[in-house]
Amino acid sequence: MAPLPAPSPPRSPAARTDHDYSLARAVGKVLIRRAAQAVSVTFAVTVTCFVIVQHLPGDIAFRIAAGRYGYDKVDASAAAEVRAELNLDTPAWQQLGGWIADALRLDFGASLVTGASVTDELAHHLSATVHLAAVALLLSVTLGTVIGLLAARSRGGVLDRLTDAWVALVRALPPFVLGLVLIIVFSVQLGWVPAAGHGERGNIVLPALTLAVGLSGLFARVTRDTVAQILESEHVHFARTKGLAGHIVLARHVLRNAGVTLVAYIGVQVLILVEGVVVVESLFAWPGLGHALVHAVFWRDIPSMQATVLALALIVVVVSTLVDLAVLALDPRTREMQ
Amino acid sequence: MSTTPPNVDHTNAESPVTTAHSQPTPLWGTTGQAPRRIPWARLASTGLLTALALFALIGPLIWRQYTSQDLSQFLQPPSLAEPFGHDHLGRSVIARLAHATRLSLGLAIVCVATAATTGVALGLLAAWRRGWVDQMLLGISEIFLALPALLIVLIFAALASGEMWTIYIGIALALWVEYFRVVRARSVSVLTSPAIEAANLLRLGPAHMLRRHLWPELAPVLLTMASLGMATAVLAMSTLSYVGVGLKPPTAELGLLITESLPYYHEAPWMVTAPIVVLLLLLAGLLGLRAQEVRR
Repeated sequence: MAPLPAPSPPRSPAARTDHDYSLARAVGKVLIRRAAQAVSVTFAVTVTCFVIVQHLPGDIAFRIAAGRYGYDKVDASAAAEVRAELNLDTPAWQQLGGWIADALRLDFGASLVTGASVTDELAHHLSATVHLAAVALLLSVTLGTVIGLLAARSRGGVLDRLTDAWVALVRALPPFVLGLVLIIVFSVQLGWVPAAGHGERGNIVLPALTLAVGLSGLFARVTRDTVAQILESEHVHFARTKGLAGHIVLARHVLRNAGVTLVAYIGVQVLILVEGVVVVESLFAWPGLGHALVHAVFWRDIPSMQATVLALALIVVVVSTLVDLAVLALDPRTREMQ
Repeated sequence: MSTTPPNVDHTNAESPVTTAHSQPTPLWGTTGQAPRRIPWARLASTGLLTALALFALIGPLIWRQYTSQDLSQFLQPPSLAEPFGHDHLGRSVIARLAHATRLSLGLAIVCVATAATTGVALGLLAAWRRGWVDQMLLGISEIFLALPALLIVLIFAALASGEMWTIYIGIALALWVEYFRVVRARSVSVLTSPAIEAANLLRLGPAHMLRRHLWPELAPVLLTMASLGMATAVLAMSTLSYVGVGLKPPTAELGLLITESLPYYHEAPWMVTAPIVVLLLLLAGLLGLRAQEVRR
């Protein structure tokens, strides 16, 4: 009997010589890039808002005093007090310095309209927005992935074409029109759910659905194309040839590979999600950041605007960072350093 | 805005929007491609856009009075002379629609032209000079990548609400970044190719490189981005006026038309439907024009 061949040694690191996989370095690179982005966005938004405040029509001290004491109780002395308190007499560049320092301490001053502290209101708006966005994202990922998978399984079939038509329709449908249609159908005609508001049961259904339908079309398209590509690849053919059952091929080979693309795509989606949040919240009177932002723009309440824009931009940066890190964790190829 | 961008992955500068040349040319013989399929989506979109452009150009000449009120014609149903009837102030709906379409298309073209010119020029500059110019422009573009287009437009709307120039600047400022990123990434790969090295050895000037090497590579991508960018502009403008911080009421604008007519959707459904349908067709036409390229 021939001796068993010696067990082959573990694959030598030499196989990897021309690559340099380093998770730590890749993570560090992502974090540095995103941190720089967050800082520069904060700086740019703060400076822009400061410039706008400087160019608002009327005396800014009067506006702030009116916000505090009410428009009928404002006089020159109240305005002078505010001016002295907030150093509005100092040169513009000194004010800007103070403004940036305040923003770094998350102190955005008082709202020009209500006089309340912007930072306190921000926490409230942020939780409402995160709630809505999370529900919408979850819904759209589930819906989009399932539809995309079904379409990819029957490429060229009826379902595939239906998905194609549906995706095209959803893409051309502006979120506010979609929201209106949903209100008219489900709230006015059928009376199933309340049309707008916050705090009652069922309030989240329509805004989340509006956001999710728009996003899920894109997810379905990307899933379908990615899965169709993977299904035709050689490793899937091999897995089938060696006799693996269909669902095992799907779970082990198709979904894992498609996951990398889908997770990376969430990073693109977050921009659309944030824009959608602004529109949908205004439409459904959902008391989140987008609703607050539109109000602030309408009333020219620049401190509130600054805080809400910053919060929305930082949401984009944070989600992008998480997506970058998730892609690094899922796909070793991206850790490669040139 | 939420008409989704091409597969421009903003997180990654090297990502191409399209890869038009998917079929490698064989060394001999034909590529073995099936006979060219008729691009139905593009034909339909072109037809749709032509019809809308004609409506936008000729419509305002036929139905001139879009602000004149006549309360005796309150919510008059459609007739032959007035295909969409009159609105709650007795104004001709089709006249307002024609002016709104002209405004949307016109503004979209101007915004995209401004953004594309700026973005392409800066992208070429960054790719050509590299070094600190490149780094600085990349840094600036990173700021814009974290701000969704609608936020930029909203910030400008706060500057002077209801004025056309704020919307124009806002949209153009939101759009230039993607042109810059894509043009820069593509130009860098072209400018470091052996073909450019050879052209340098032959002492062919920058004009030659632009015309023979860069332009053929960039043109199809730019066309795709322009049609998607126009959809973004149309959508941003109507969304702004829909949420109440865009153009001000007497103006005829698609978003405003929808807002104004909404309270009467039960009595006069044609009044609400008309601007929504025009907006949908406009977006569908712009998105469908280069759908094949975006798809790949």
